[in-house]
Formats: sequence, structure tokens, C-alpha cells
Amino acid sequence: MNFEKVVFGFFIVFAATLNFGFFVGDIDRPELHHVYELFAAIIVNLIATVLKFGDRTQIGAIHLATSLVADLQLIAAASVWAFAVHVTGEGMTPAVTASVVSLSGGALLANIVSLAILIAETVMMRR
Amino acid sequence: MHPGSAFFIILRRMRAPLILLIAVYAVSILGMTLIPGVDAQGRPTAPMSFLHAFYFVSYTATTIGFGEIPQAFSEGQRMWATAIIYATVIVWTYAILTILALFSDRAFQQALSGGRFKRRVERLSEPFYVLCGCGETGGRVLAALDRMGARAVALDIDENRLAELELEDFRSETPALCGDASQTQNLLAAGLQHRFCRGILGLTNDDQANLAIAAHARLLRPQLPVILRVEHDAIAQRMAAFGATQTINPFATFARLLALAIHAPALYRLYDWLTGTPGAILAATRDPPRGRWIVCGYGRFGHALVAELLREGMEIALIDQHPLEAPGFTAVVGSGVEPDVLAAAGVKQADGLIAATDDDLTNLSIAVVARELNPGLFIVLRQNQQSRAELFAALQPEMIMAPAEIIAHAALARLTTPLLPVFLHAAEERGDDWAWALLARLRLELGSAVPHVWQLSIDANAATAVVSLIAEGCDVTLSALLHDPSDRSERLACTALALRRDEVDAVLPEANATLSVGDQILFVGSAAARAKQELAARNRNVLHYLLTGREETGWLWRTFTASKETVQQLRE
Repeated sequence: MNFEKVVFGFFIVFAATLNFGFFVGDIDRPELHHVYELFAAIIVNLIATVLKFGDRTQIGAIHLATSLVADLQLIAAASVWAFAVHVTGEGMTPAVTASVVSLSGGALLANIVSLAILIAETVMMRR
Repeated sequence: MHPGSAFFIILRRMRAPLILLIAVYAVSILGMTLIPGVDAQGRPTAPMSFLHAFYFVSYTATTIGFGEIPQAFSEGQRMWATAIIYATVIVWTYAILTILALFSDRAFQQALSGGRFKRRVERLSEPFYVLCGCGETGGRVLAALDRMGARAVALDIDENRLAELELEDFRSETPALCGDASQTQNLLAAGLQHRFCRGILGLTNDDQANLAIAAHARLLRPQLPVILRVEHDAIAQRMAAFGATQTINPFATFARLLALAIHAPALYRLYDWLTGTPGAILAATRDPPRGRWIVCGYGRFGHALVAELLREGMEIALIDQHPLEAPGFTAVVGSGVEPDVLAAAGVKQADGLIAATDDDLTNLSIAVVARELNPGLFIVLRQNQQSRAELFAALQPEMIMAPAEIIAHAALARLTTPLLPVFLHAAEERGDDWAWALLARLRLELGSAVPHVWQLSIDANAATAVVSLIAEGCDVTLSALLHDPSDRSERLACTALALRRDEVDAVLPEANATLSVGDQILFVGSAAARAKQELAARNRNVLHYLLTGREETGWLWRTFTASKETVQQLRE
């Protein structure tokens, strides 16, 4: 067992599960989508991204790309949230909640792709 | 190290600091969103939102300390902020130090310079030579190529030598890579398969590396001219197996020259005069005598010398550190510095002495001692290091053998004037009297200083005007290139030595020879004559004047009026 692989797999799966946890629930009900869950998803996604740095293989490149997409979408979701609450002051209306959650849904898709690559790589490398 | 991997090295090394940074930010922000604040009246308020927390941590962590605080912190917030300040400053410092350490890391710097080198070579858009090995020999070749306006790419295993090259005052910038020239990736990065690569020179002091260069050139870029330095015959044979016939063995080259000087002094002088540094005045030395020769040092050079001297029928005495099994000639054990050793070798009766060891100071002392014992000796000195040139010249030996100089001259001659060795070979066949007459005539015409030797190829690049007039059906004669463009009755200070057409070489071609496209002509003359000849070869109007004696007008005029008439005249 390789400890590095454990950490790598842990963060990729954790990023996807946190992302899923935030995403799940009615899309326009703010009380079903907690801000701390989004925060945790962003942090774990960022760490997963950095873990994928420096791998020159083709699979490594795709891994990094999916992670960057997820980061981008999650940060966009957080920005929309902050803008609605602090700048325009409209608060978490159903419309704003829907757009935040759908952005995190995009990130979830990227995370699922990342998971699929992780699983495919593991199956291929099986010895 | 793979060129271009600098970026990946940065990413890989920055993993740990970046993850730590993210973690510390996350904990700091999280804490700020959990700890309640306090309002002006001392009543607890809701904690910071994520936006405010992120904002606060951002300006604190970067030690900007923006200080725009909407309201005073609660005690809990103050405690947490203190922790944030220390934690984030430490993490940032760690990240910055990691980057700084990376930039001073050798592996990283090599990756960085390797990537830069590769990009610069890829971007070259003019013909260039790949030069492997930039020591004394390579440095000379590089300087000469630069003077001629030719581009080069340098490869050397020693960083210091490349650093010295950077200090040289070259006209064009030479991309240089520190790396092993026998490695495929280094040769490829240096542009072995680049479409503008015109030749590769393996001048490293390692025969094996030069052999590897021969193999690479033969397999990855067949037909590319390859010039290699070699010091062992066995390696030279293996190079030949790779099709590399252009090998330069400094020892054998010099030994052949010495033999030439013995049996054909005029040919040797002609050779010396044509291959010297332009502008130099050659010292009038006497010719090497026939008779008894003492060779000090029986290494690679000694072997080559003895073989040639025996062929010339000389009597030979050898001096070497190690006892020799040498039937047929006297062999004395010693360094050659000891007077009794020299005496035992018969220095008093000897005619010539060659100090051929690989140690410069030994060679110098042998010469000093021997000259004291026999002032009439013809002394040949091997000079291994260029930095000792003054020392050797001060001793005024009859001949100096400097391997770096021999290789550099031979390599340059093969690159720029491939016809010169052909001409000299033809001259050897014609004999000493012929060479004597030619040398006397050339010196009368051109002066006694070493002239410029250059090769003109009749192609669309170097001789545009000649090619275009030939295409129009005119007879362009060699004499047009030998006369002054400002007054065609005056001869230029230059002579054609050889003309190569369809693999057939003519020595001293007639002035009325008609040129055709693809001809290669070897000239000897002054630098000024060369410049004027280049003008004539490239400028249509000038060439026209040289051929007919009349100025030709511009393109428009020629097209509309006189073109047919002129061509007709020239045909007649």
C-alpha cells in the first residue's frame, strides 16, 4: 500500500462527496444548501488540485484539468453567493440559490469525471 | 534532464507549501466565521460572514494589514486573529523560501536553460553548424565562424567553458547548452534534425563522444557533413564505419606535414602559406634536415612521427620514460631533460629533435637543454596548451605543433573551403618544382603575407548575378570575377586555384573558362579583392559591366528596350 496513493484518492473522493452533499436537495431552497458545506467543498477541491500538480502523463493532465474546472465552478458559486448577500443585498432568494447550486452541480460533474479517471487508472494499474 | 520540464518541477516542488497554505487559510477563515463579534455597546453580534472572513485573512496573511476594520473585534476574534497572523506569515515564508530555493537549485536551472536553449535553436532561421566541444579547439572554430558571419550552436560538457564563451565578444549570439554531446536528446536539442543545420563538428577531447556524434549524424541525419576530431586510429576506423570520413587526427596530420616538409619543402611552404591565419607574416625558417632525428616521448604523437620519419628514411633515436622494445633504432630511457640521456641518444650528432611529450614544461626544458648541447639542431616542439603560446614562441623553435590549432584550421578549411584540401592534394601530385614556381608567382602577385582563401559557389544564393546571366544564355567567364568592378582593365589581387564541376576538379583553371551553375571555385587573394568579387557575383549591373565594358541600366529599361539586344551581343 502506498500512502501517497491513499492521500491522493482520499482527497479526490472527499472533494466529490462534499460537492455532492452541497448539491443534493431542492435547487431553489436555501435552507437545504449550507454555506459551510460549500466552503469545505472549495477547500478540499483546491487541495485535490494541488495534489495533481506536476504529473506529466496524459492521465495526470486530464486529472488536473477536471480539478481546475471544479475549482472554477465552485469559486463562481461562492462568488455569486457573496455578491447576492453582500453587494446587491437581495439575499438568498430561490433564483440566487438555484444559480449557486447549479454551478456546484457543474463542479460535481467534473468531480465525477475525476473519480471515473481515478477508478479507471486503478483498474488499469492492477497488479 | 528533459528540456522544458522546468514548469513541472515548479509544480511538483510547490505541492507541499501550497497545500499547507490552503489548509491554514481554510482554518483561519472557518474560525472567523464561527467566533461571535461585538458591537459598540458591548453586545455580542453574529460572527463574520465568509466574505468578510476571507477578506480579513487575505490582508492579514499577506502582511498587508489593510486595517479597514468596520468595528472593533470581540476578545475571541482578537485571540483568533493573533493565531492567524503567526500561522499565515509562517506559511507564506515557507512557500516563498521554497520558490527561492528552487531557483538556485542546479537541476532546476539546467531544466530552465535547457528549455531556453531548445527554443532558441528551434527559432533559428538561417544556416548554422552544431559545434560539440568548446575547449581551445572549439573556441577557435567558433570565433572564426563568427568572423565569417556564420551561425553556430555550441554544446559542451563543461559549464565553465561555456561561461568563458559568453564573455567573448561575438557578433552573433550562439545558443549554448551544457550537456554531454554523446547524448541523443542533447544533440537533438542542438538542432541535429533542424532543417537549417549545415554540418556538425565533433571537437570534444573525448574520442568516444566524437564517435557517438558520428553515429547520431549517420543514423538521424544521413548526408549531413560531419567533421570529427580523433586521436586513436581504432576509433577513426569505427567512425569510418558510420560513414564519417572527415576525421582529423592532429598527430597524424602534423606528422604528415613534417614528412612533407622534409621531402617537399616548397609544397610544405605553399601549404603553410595557404592555411595560415590571413595577414600573418610567416617566419623564414629553414627546411627540416635529413639525417638523424631524436624523438622524445613515444606516445600517440611519437608513434605517428616515427612512422612518417621512417618512411622518409631517417635515422631515429627514441627517448621515453618507459623501456621500449624498438628494433631498428636507438631507444634511451629517460624524460629527455637530462643532458646525459640526450647525449646517449646522440644529440651532438643529431640533425633534428622533436619534443613530443604531453607535458608542455617538459617539452620546453628538453628544447633548452638540447639547444645548449647542439645549437644547430632543428627543433620541433609540441605545445599542448594554448595559454603557453608566448613561452613557446620565445624559444624560437623551428616548428611548433599545437593540436588545438591544427584541428581548428583543418575543421574550418573543410567547412568553408572543401576545395583547398583537394587542391593541395593535386599540388602534391604535381611535385615540388611546380609548387615552388606557383608559390613564387602568387607571392609576387599577392604579397608575402598569408592571403585569404575562399570558395565561391555559383548558385542562386552566393552568385545571383552570374546565375541570372547564365540563365539568359550569356557566357560568363572566370575572368569577369578576377577583374576590378570599378575598372575592368585592372586585375583584382586574386587568383583562382581550383574549379570543381560535376565532381571533376581542375587545378589553376584558365581565366577564359566559362562558368556554369553549380561550379565551385577556390580563390586566393586579398580581403578587398574578395569583397569586390562578391559584389560582381551578386550585382547584375556590375557583372554586366565586367563582361561587356558597358554599364547596364535598370530592370525597367532593360525589360522594355535593350534586353534582347544585350543578350544577343553577349551571345556573339
